[in-house]
Amino acid sequence: MQEHSGAASGTPALEVRELCAGVAGREILHDVSFSIAPGQFTGLIGSNGAGKTTLLRVILGLMGATSGRVLFEGRERSGARASVGYVPQKFLLDPDMPLRGRDLVALGLDATRPGLALPSRARRRRVAEMLEAVDATAFADTRIGRLSGGEQQRILIAHALAARPRVLLLDEPLANLDLRSAHEVVALLARIARSEGIAVLLSAHEMNPLLPVMDRIVYLAGGRAASGTTEEVVRADVLSRLYGHHVDVLEVHGRVLVVAGAGEAGDLAGHQGIFPGAGIPA
Amino acid sequence: MFSGFMVNAWVVASIVAVVAGVVGFFTVLRGSAFVAHAIPNGSFAGAAGASLIGTSTLLGLGVFSLGGAIAIGLLGRRGRHDVATALTLAMMLGLGALFLSFSVEYAPEVYSLLFGEVLGIGGNDVLPTAVLGGVCVASVAAVYRPLMLSSVLPEVGEAAGLGRLRMEMLFLALLALATTMTVPVVGTLLIFSLMTGAPATARCFTDRPPVAMALSVALALVIVWAAIAASYTTNYPVGFFVGSASAGAYALGRIWTAVRR
Amino acid sequence: MSHLLSPVFETGFFESGPVHRALAVGSLVALVSGVVGVFTVIRGQSFAGEAFGDLGTGGGAGAYLVGVGPLWGFVAGNVLAAGAMEMVGIQRARGRDLATGIVLGAGIGLAALFLYLGSTQQGSSGATVTILFGSVFAIASTTVPLILLLSAGALAIVLAIYRPLLLSSLNAEMAAARGIRVRMIGALYLLALALAAALAAITIGTILSTALLIGPAAGALRLTSRPLRAMACAAAIGILTVWAGVVLAYDSYYWPPVGRGWPVSFFVVTLVLIAYLTSGVPDTLARRRAGAARGRSGSTAGTASGRPGSAAGGTRG
Repeated sequence: MQEHSGAASGTPALEVRELCAGVAGREILHDVSFSIAPGQFTGLIGSNGAGKTTLLRVILGLMGATSGRVLFEGRERSGARASVGYVPQKFLLDPDMPLRGRDLVALGLDATRPGLALPSRARRRRVAEMLEAVDATAFADTRIGRLSGGEQQRILIAHALAARPRVLLLDEPLANLDLRSAHEVVALLARIARSEGIAVLLSAHEMNPLLPVMDRIVYLAGGRAASGTTEEVVRADVLSRLYGHHVDVLEVHGRVLVVAGAGEAGDLAGHQGIFPGAGIPA
Repeated sequence: MFSGFMVNAWVVASIVAVVAGVVGFFTVLRGSAFVAHAIPNGSFAGAAGASLIGTSTLLGLGVFSLGGAIAIGLLGRRGRHDVATALTLAMMLGLGALFLSFSVEYAPEVYSLLFGEVLGIGGNDVLPTAVLGGVCVASVAAVYRPLMLSSVLPEVGEAAGLGRLRMEMLFLALLALATTMTVPVVGTLLIFSLMTGAPATARCFTDRPPVAMALSVALALVIVWAAIAASYTTNYPVGFFVGSASAGAYALGRIWTAVRR
Repeated sequence: MSHLLSPVFETGFFESGPVHRALAVGSLVALVSGVVGVFTVIRGQSFAGEAFGDLGTGGGAGAYLVGVGPLWGFVAGNVLAAGAMEMVGIQRARGRDLATGIVLGAGIGLAALFLYLGSTQQGSSGATVTILFGSVFAIASTTVPLILLLSAGALAIVLAIYRPLLLSSLNAEMAAARGIRVRMIGALYLLALALAAALAAITIGTILSTALLIGPAAGALRLTSRPLRAMACAAAIGILTVWAGVVLAYDSYYWPPVGRGWPVSFFVVTLVLIAYLTSGVPDTLARRRAGAARGRSGSTAGTASGRPGSAAGGTRG
């Protein structure tokens, strides 16, 4: 596990220390460590199967870790539930779900409290603020099942932000979006991270849309991670060590390609060819 | 318990078990446990109606089973599937209540229709059951591959020309046929238990479809035979043993899965 | 006044004691069923709702056998069954139905046994049929406390866990990430459902129990996109169908076969079905209008104007 530069001074909003986790006896994550400072936008990059979703699930407490620790502002998970916002990849399969975007965002304010919410102007104002922040006011009153993928996602972000989290985790938010929506979401998240001081961790299998705004990167390969700034991590020597065999990092017009050499598959059979970070330039 | 009239019971029960195991395999695969419960349950109204106008109860059962299946398929097109099933069942039962209110007395076979009774099976039940059972199994064999594809990967099936509604109606019709002909032995209220318990247990032990289906049939046979033997000895209703044995078998299957992990 | 309404309401309708009771009890149960039913439909647990009606029968029969009040047996049976379903504990919607089915099978089997053991010389047919097909509506004053208790219990649970329940019904992972104990919330909801179904089956019969739980709620959810409004709407639909059903049943005394009257459950179920089908009309009309508009403006312009709609929503994720 390699950490190339520490977070900014002060307690990191999220810190992962020597995390190991597995499923059904198979180890998926080995000795992963990184930290994110408040307001930092971090990309969790890795190909499918590298362990991104597992890592997010462990951080969220949806899955247990074999060993290691996850700290939120220096404290263990249980005390800090509300301060972690989460936007899942697969959200809603039922187009008839009776909920408007506005109501889902309102639910984000206080989903854990018993009883019904008393209608109050303060609540309505906060919900309107959140919707405005993600530019979703136009479709806030439509059933969420009828929205497009990008629109649903913005509602989900507003829902996650409503509880004023210190950390925001997003699981492959760009996967099903067209390129323009992807850039819009990334810009939106970067803006929110800076203005609200929220630590954003966003997983993706393709780093190029994030390059303009990413403060730090956590690069996952084969269950191991390298973290730091893009200059520190996205380099041939670092990634070669991570993958366990030689890779080249090419930069083309500001976009990054990570390429494996031919005939050097080593023990990563099937991973020849283009690696994550390889952009098909749009 | 193997002499004379009981032979009929054993034969018919075995046919029932085979059908239940085969059709039940798809029932569990498609997650249609509710439908398997609703169709025979509601078809009872058909039996009541039939006795009201004086025709055979089996015909009444069949008509209402098929009618229920069609209604569920049509209602389920637009709305949620489980809502369609619940409302169709309620409607059929409502009609059943209506028919029963018209009749002067309850036919004595009501209890056995609902819960199954070994002694109620006569010699002239064997042939119709065998024929219907054969038709059922042959139909499943004929549509096995399209139905498998449509059940496991509905979108792929659609792309291959197997419309979802059509396949669903086909399956529902098969289910209606299977439940109608199996009612005499196990009763309307418990055929679904045999049809879901045995295949669900089988799936705990294997993932391969042909093996799962064979195991499902084998388990159904064991359950039914045990139920008949127990019912004969104790005089308790067959349905009780079928329900308990199915649940028990499934429990064993789940324990096996947990232990194996 | 009664003269004006006499074509609809037969003589003596408003003076009849049993009618008053039927209307009062039916309205209460329709209210509770509508509120609880909204989540039943959202969560796709209609089978569980229906199963509790049947399972309670076993509990009731069993209690009768051991000499305890059958109504308590009904309730206890449902609660036990809810626990069993939760223990079989499959969380995915498809697997949930299987768990319900297994428990239901065992439960009905037990009911068969109890009915057999408890049958009188005349045979068990009568008792069986009455339980399964009867519409009770005849409430002794001693059961009123139980009815109120069950109603209050079911409503209190649903309202208390409303917010976490809504979020976990939407997406269990998001709820878990917020620290909501999804499984416990689900179990509590199942308990509320068990109580509501027991209440309905005791008072108005097992047929209506399912119909009033599912039908009005499903219709209401088609009409409105806000769960609380759906609950109010479902209760209203339920109460209306109960009232109309009671009126028709009373009138049917004079229909053929004269002197007998048709069962209330038949009328209410039919009305519930009609209400459900009617609730789908606005959607169908909107779809037709949208289809016609697309046809008029040409194939390419169609999807650009509105939301991408169900195609995107349905296959997303």
